[in-house]
Amino acid sequence: MSWAYFEEFEPGRMDVFGSYHFERDEVIRFARAYDPQGFHLDDEAGLNSIFGRLAASGWHTTAGMMKCWSAHTFGLRSRRAEQGLALPEIGPSPGIEALEWPRPVYPGDTVTYSGEVLSKRLLASRPRWGLVSSRIVGVNQDSVKVLSFVSKLMVERRASGQVA
Amino acid sequence: MGELLHYEDFPAGEVVTYGAYEVTAEEITGFAAQYDPQPFHLDEEAGRASILGGLCASGWHVCAMLNRMNVDSYLVRSAGMGSFGLEEVKWLRPVFVGDTLSIRRSTVERRISARRPEMGIIKFHWQMLNQDHELKLDARGFNLFKVRGHG
Repeated sequence: MSWAYFEEFEPGRMDVFGSYHFERDEVIRFARAYDPQGFHLDDEAGLNSIFGRLAASGWHTTAGMMKCWSAHTFGLRSRRAEQGLALPEIGPSPGIEALEWPRPVYPGDTVTYSGEVLSKRLLASRPRWGLVSSRIVGVNQDSVKVLSFVSKLMVERRASGQVA
Repeated sequence: MGELLHYEDFPAGEVVTYGAYEVTAEEITGFAAQYDPQPFHLDEEAGRASILGGLCASGWHVCAMLNRMNVDSYLVRSAGMGSFGLEEVKWLRPVFVGDTLSIRRSTVERRISARRPEMGIIKFHWQMLNQDHELKLDARGFNLFKVRGHG
């Protein structure tokens, strides 16, 4: 993932976005708002659940990913601006596919997120944009995968004749 | 509260609607500040200037709203075993301040796990609509439920 024009994305390119630490208080706060099931809120319920102990909501795992992606991507954008390079528009995402939570995230875990470009294609309906697909992965401090999905991002194409 | 919902309580083909989630600016910007600080999720002016047309919720926040409505509607009273994920999520239209969201849930298919006969796997299709019946989000995914009579 970079802040780059569609033409600059190459399949196989990998980027590490950063890490997110899942504090217990925040795990419970997030769950109370968006996933108030017992095993995300309460130690005893967690103990008796399939997770074995209190676990973070899977949507908290994805939120942590987005925090890291944003920080990383904005940093790349700033650096590109500092170098005096043209700034492409990176559009909102139309969606995601193949979202999996292979293993739980527990309070105290630190998850590191990264992305690898899978493919890219032009959009017949929108000639100014291309679509870049990447696999995003989150692994915890023990290298256990806790998140995986395929992201889709709209990226501006270089106007003809445009340099860098 | 009666007995918990199990796998058998979700017949294939069933369609139900639920939820009345009121979206506020405070909630949109609060989530965005913590998890998705793109300008159109933080600021009305930036939102208006963007392709999205106004201050709108992070797509990941919208997924969390879907989940909250699912929990309130059926997961909180289910013998649930979590989820192994979603096949796809489409963010079709932005969710704006003032939207009141509801979910239309269709049961696409279901089966009992061959390896773990105590676990039922249900595939749902969720559509998120606002008060004007605009389709905001379309998603397909799996919820796992205990099968009655097992463990």
